[in-house]
Amino acid sequence: MSTLTKQTLSHLDWLEAEAIHILREVAGQCSNPVLLFSGGKDSICLLRLAEKAFRPGRFPFPLMHIDTGHNYKEVTDFRDKRAAELGERLIVRSVEDSMARGTVVLKHADESRNKHQSVTLLEAIEEFGFDACIGGARRDEEKARAKERIMSFRDEFGQWDPKNQRPELWNLYNARSHKGENIRAFPISNWTELDVWQYIQREQLELPSIYFAHVRPVVRKNGLLQPVTELTPAKPGDKVEDVQVRFRTVGDITCTAPVESDADTVEKILAETATTTITERGATRMDDQTSEASMEQRKKEGYF
Amino acid sequence: MSAPEQLPEIDNGLLRFLTCGSVDDGKSTLIGRLLFDSKTILADTLNAIEKTSAKRGMSAVDLSLLTDGLQAEREQGITIDVAYRYFSTGRRKYIIADAPGHEQYTRNMVTAASTANLAIILVDARKGVLTQTRRHSYLASLVGIPHLLVAVNKMDLVDYDQAVFERIKADYLAFADKLGIEDVRFIPISALAGDMIVDRGERLGWYDGPTLLDILENAPAAHTEQAEDFRFPVQFVCRPQDSANPELHDYRGFMGRVESGEIAVGDAVTVLPSGATSKVRRIEIGGVPLERAIHEQSVALLLEDEIDISRGDLIVKSAEAPEPVKQIDATICWLAEAPLSPARTYLVRHTTREVKAKLARIDYRLDVNTLEREAATGLAMNDIARVTLKLAQPIVADRYADNRATGAFIIIDESTNNTVGAGMIG
Repeated sequence: MSTLTKQTLSHLDWLEAEAIHILREVAGQCSNPVLLFSGGKDSICLLRLAEKAFRPGRFPFPLMHIDTGHNYKEVTDFRDKRAAELGERLIVRSVEDSMARGTVVLKHADESRNKHQSVTLLEAIEEFGFDACIGGARRDEEKARAKERIMSFRDEFGQWDPKNQRPELWNLYNARSHKGENIRAFPISNWTELDVWQYIQREQLELPSIYFAHVRPVVRKNGLLQPVTELTPAKPGDKVEDVQVRFRTVGDITCTAPVESDADTVEKILAETATTTITERGATRMDDQTSEASMEQRKKEGYF
Repeated sequence: MSAPEQLPEIDNGLLRFLTCGSVDDGKSTLIGRLLFDSKTILADTLNAIEKTSAKRGMSAVDLSLLTDGLQAEREQGITIDVAYRYFSTGRRKYIIADAPGHEQYTRNMVTAASTANLAIILVDARKGVLTQTRRHSYLASLVGIPHLLVAVNKMDLVDYDQAVFERIKADYLAFADKLGIEDVRFIPISALAGDMIVDRGERLGWYDGPTLLDILENAPAAHTEQAEDFRFPVQFVCRPQDSANPELHDYRGFMGRVESGEIAVGDAVTVLPSGATSKVRRIEIGGVPLERAIHEQSVALLLEDEIDISRGDLIVKSAEAPEPVKQIDATICWLAEAPLSPARTYLVRHTTREVKAKLARIDYRLDVNTLEREAATGLAMNDIARVTLKLAQPIVADRYADNRATGAFIIIDESTNNTVGAGMIG
């Protein structure tokens, strides 16, 4: 137990090899998969992994983004640019279209559209007949995700049943489903936030600018920095400050908060990530703070 | 924040390990301790579990709350499913598979063990070696975990008495011998007080071995130190005929993961089950060439000759080719609530190949508590049995003891597509 003789992969190479294997299993087992690409850092890593898995061929799946219509322009521009550079097909489906159809009804005009992405996603799955959605979720992000399978089965209502998951042994993934059902595949399940940043550094991946330190007007509220934007204007009595911030996750404007930071390079972000004292979603997601089980609840309803 | 500090240099690869223990032997506390002492638990997570601990009327922070992720688990105070946890030291990244100690024990433990290279078996110093200790050890050895670490916990409750530790060690070795477990180590710890986990503490001066974390830091990351035969199940065939680049019109890349052994450009290979032979012309990752590929690397192989190869085929070195078989003897663990029906046809997934299979016979069922063999006509959830399966098409397999990747299979019920069984050939 003391010697290390056999040549083994570095931890990043191992994670990469595992993710490539999972992507190829989805391609080999499913007839009509799609890769969910938001322009965020995790799905940017997925695209590099897909290049390593399938080049010089085309990706055996299109890319898709469920757009709440409330995303940062820097991110959606990046999304379009990256898809074009890769020469892969990008499908965008919009929560606003679901609202127009009447399948998404907001409780009030200001309600965050974030959780309603599930409805639009399920409609898109039905429209295209996708049998698998590849996503960039990681088990270290959130406690309900720590229990999710790499190939996670959803029934015909898109529901996740955490108490009745398929056992997943060795690397023998079971991505089978009947018509109308769906598999969510998570190739970077075993990655941490630090692994993602190390991979971005190693692969020299380009990112949307809002991941790096920039000055932005914010309001300090409930321990979070709430960005002041057209969508989320300051309310009477709010004290607006210009603060140097960066985003650790990018998502719907109404529920994603930046953190105070002067890290303007990947190296500096890595250093911060290695020494941070707050979890990724804890510092940045207003949607996870409503209750201890909010992510689990959303996932049961068909969320990513 | 201030200027960048020194980043951890992770150079010792990745180790996947399993923790097994029963309800009260401090498994969750041990994991919490590893995460806490390696500074993986962040302030907001700690705040959240402090609040919950206080709400439940506990005086100290309950580190076990870290591992209960689902609503039902928190409500019932139990762990339902295998959870995966991550931490890094300056040297290594770790993935912990945390298998719950009670409900559906066998199913969860076999699942967690299937990807682990080391198992920590917790023994309560006050209780010594119990039936469940034997059961955990048996399952760990059944699934072929090469390294066992018996952690005698709660030493603080037996006054850190060396005699207690030595007695438990002797008891354990007496039965480990019968199981054929070879690499087993022992360590006295107190997960609660933090003795001998990351820091040595001051109360176990009589123990001169490494700390638990030291053992993890130095354990081999590879499943076996032996040279293994090259096994490459084909997952996907890349044929970019429609590419604008005419050089790619004849490109045929056989994509997969090197499950064992290694391969270099120029090596003679055989494709199974067809038996066609060729030589490796190129090895690539994402179109970029490599001279050789090692165990666990995901690559594409390009061959000298045009051979018909598809998903489910196995590429091996010509000198190391196993024989295709249509019947297999295996130890299986039944995982589903619906019992195994001897009359039904199931699907066996072995590497990237799926074949229909039927039960030929059950040799015996094994009682995991007594290790006694008993006759059986069917199998229920959590049963472990020796069986023979008949296959509709041949598979190319190795004994599980020789090769984990080509010796393992899962059983799928086509009516639900559920994974209902796990098997090990040999």
